[in-house]
Amino acid sequence: MTIPWDLFAIQTVNGIVTGMILALVASGLTLIFGILNVVNFAHGELFMLGAYVGVLVLATTGSFWLALVAATIIVALFGAALQIVTLRPLVGRDPMTTILATFGISLVLQNYALWQFGPVARKIQEPITGHFTLFYLDYPWYRLMIALLSAAIIGGFWLFLKYGKYGIWIRATTQDRVMAEAMGIPVPWVHTAVFAIGAGMAAASGVLFGPLVGVDHAMGLPWVLKAFIVVVVGGMGNLGGSIAAAIFISLLEAYASIWVSPSQAVIVSFVVLILTLLFRPTGLFVPTPK
Amino acid sequence: MSPSKPSVEALVQVEDLHVYYGKSHILHGVSLSVGRGEVVGLLGRNGVGKSTTLKSIIGLVAARQGRVLFDGRAVTGMPAHKLARIGIAYVPEDRRIFHLLTVIENLRTGLDRDGVSESRRRQLLDKAYAYFPVLAERRNQPGGTLSGGEQQMLAIARAMMLEPKIILLDEPTEGLMPRMVSQIRQIIDVLHRDGVAILLVEQNVPLTLEASQRVYFMEKGEVRHQAVASELDVNDPVIHQFLGI
Amino acid sequence: MTERHSTVFWSGFAVILALLIAAPLVLPPFWGRFLTEILIWGLLAMSSDILIGYTGMISFGHSAFFGLGIYGTAAALLLVDPPNLFLAILFGLVASGLVAVVVAYFSTRLRDIYFAITTLIFSQIFYVVIFTWTSVTGGENGLAFTRPGLGIPGLYVVRFTAETMHWFVLAVVAGSYLLLRRITQSPFGTVLQSIRENEARTRAIGYHVEHYKIVSVMISGLFAGLAGVLYALQNQFAAPDFVFFLVSGETVIFNVMGGIGTLVGPIVGAGFFLLLREALSRFFTEYYLIPVGIIFIAMVIFMPQGLLGFMRRWLNR
Repeated sequence: MTIPWDLFAIQTVNGIVTGMILALVASGLTLIFGILNVVNFAHGELFMLGAYVGVLVLATTGSFWLALVAATIIVALFGAALQIVTLRPLVGRDPMTTILATFGISLVLQNYALWQFGPVARKIQEPITGHFTLFYLDYPWYRLMIALLSAAIIGGFWLFLKYGKYGIWIRATTQDRVMAEAMGIPVPWVHTAVFAIGAGMAAASGVLFGPLVGVDHAMGLPWVLKAFIVVVVGGMGNLGGSIAAAIFISLLEAYASIWVSPSQAVIVSFVVLILTLLFRPTGLFVPTPK
Repeated sequence: MSPSKPSVEALVQVEDLHVYYGKSHILHGVSLSVGRGEVVGLLGRNGVGKSTTLKSIIGLVAARQGRVLFDGRAVTGMPAHKLARIGIAYVPEDRRIFHLLTVIENLRTGLDRDGVSESRRRQLLDKAYAYFPVLAERRNQPGGTLSGGEQQMLAIARAMMLEPKIILLDEPTEGLMPRMVSQIRQIIDVLHRDGVAILLVEQNVPLTLEASQRVYFMEKGEVRHQAVASELDVNDPVIHQFLGI
Repeated sequence: MTERHSTVFWSGFAVILALLIAAPLVLPPFWGRFLTEILIWGLLAMSSDILIGYTGMISFGHSAFFGLGIYGTAAALLLVDPPNLFLAILFGLVASGLVAVVVAYFSTRLRDIYFAITTLIFSQIFYVVIFTWTSVTGGENGLAFTRPGLGIPGLYVVRFTAETMHWFVLAVVAGSYLLLRRITQSPFGTVLQSIRENEARTRAIGYHVEHYKIVSVMISGLFAGLAGVLYALQNQFAAPDFVFFLVSGETVIFNVMGGIGTLVGPIVGAGFFLLLREALSRFFTEYYLIPVGIIFIAMVIFMPQGLLGFMRRWLNR
């Protein structure tokens, strides 16, 4: 079998691009799990809602950037409201209940989108058209931009965590929720804020990814599955691990698509998950605890 | 045991507190009080409910019955983060500093409050470094890299950053070397001089009798006896009765 | 069971059974078939209750067992001529049984949320395989086949009517309920519940928790596969949609709505959900899932014990 090196190189770039978006989606998910101990089944729908808000804002203002910012903020606020109404009452109960509640939310949101926007996919126009030559292909600049923006958002968040006052609050709450409260940190609000941030990140991913595929009510499903895989493979609650895992899995899938169809290539991520769970259950990129 | 005489002066008043962990009845009607700026000791064997009493004052544990008054105001059931902001600080038994945060970040969890000016924060930080020079040295190190004694200093300093009216100290000298123990002793005195009240749970009887104005004795989830600390010495039969030494 | 409890239980059971037997004779055909569907989904939900309600393991993988039960039946009915009822059942159970073995293995290595996610992934693996392996499974379009006759092949075979199909399903579901009830009330069942309450303690007492979990998954998987077989016989159609993890999600909804740990609660939950869907789709057409979803969320928050949860202790005595 001859190895198509140029195809390989192109898929590497594609893999990294998809990987960065997946990293952005998964970061939100792993944050929410790490700090709230909530498995957010509705994460894919927050992604989808972000994309739709993006569509609407773009249609009214014609600005992609405004759409990106607006979608992030609106969905973040929506996420906060959602957390306050449905998840706060469940604090302290069996973790199963939050899985069920978020699953219910995902059903409602998906069908709501279907109801409001109909089954026909919408399009988001990319902000920069234009290609550069990557080997024999005309590679769109936009894809590169996605990767850079995702990295910027994740990087920005990391800085916020490290240096801001609220970053300290979030980190303290993650490490020891009880003592954080005893130090006057309003933990319930930290939880709401973290959920909102996660939702915002998902929404941003939705807008960024929008131009690459159509925006429809079911677009979140494959992403939430992949995001879960990434979170588990990267180590639950481990931000750096999720990013590494996202890129790793996306690269493998991109390479696999050279030989099989994309819908079959997803099996790669399933296999990685199963192998991780069997041999390194705390995460591939996390040193196994003694 | 009759409730301690209700005093208008009392900073913290605990009345007939009943606490359950699941089905276990841990506190059977605890009543005590701590006056403004007073150092009060809480003595008793392991498992009588001393830590639980502290935890219910800071709102980390819910009371099924009874109430807690702070500064004349009923605060039973208020969440811990609100209590920390109105002036109750808690230093738990296992220190529980934030291991992955640096020393200064640990202190900031108490400093970063609304209504505290930048200069006041600077002042408080300098005070912490003055009382605990070792923290100044290690200010950028993660809390987890500090020794046991240093972590205890950090836990107390962190609580001080809240500018509390009362600090609940749970076994601060446990597992510490004698030199550190006397450092803690001095800190308690300094805090007392600054007008901060302290409710001190301790196994170290001599230290408690020296540092406190009054002591309570707990047994089986209740406060059974109180005394003026200066009127007791280590060999008193009361000590033997409640601590079985 | 006390004497009185026993009498009350069995009379209640008999009454309900009698009503269900009479149902197809008095209801219009649409509702008769509707009831049969409720029973089939109920069986699926009941099988899932063994894991969720009794062993304390949430599974999002029941669509895999169910779906393979359907496809196994399809295989039997398409490959073997003349179509044979018993072979259909056998193939369906074997197919779901094989999946159950694999899931059972993972159940011993993984806990809680990791197990739940893995079972979800399993459903998706099967979904992708079935969806893309068009030559064997018919891919997106699925497979259509004819019902076998009821009876002993070679001796006496008669075609299923809507009524006899219903009674057949009822017999299988009722029998399954009684069998599962026997199992959950046995010492084995008690150990399962002990695992649900406190796995570490159960292990410390000396029980080989892994073995119990494996058997629990096998039982759950086989009965879910049986539900798949019934579904295939009823509808004569197999499609990848039934393997998609949403089916597992709906199953869990039936469980929660009906009341976990009651065995019969999930059947009630299935009925409640399907009736809600039927009623609401009159007003909301395809978007019935919005109000149903909201009701579900409200139930999780305010009524987590489900419709029959209040009867849980009584039903398990």
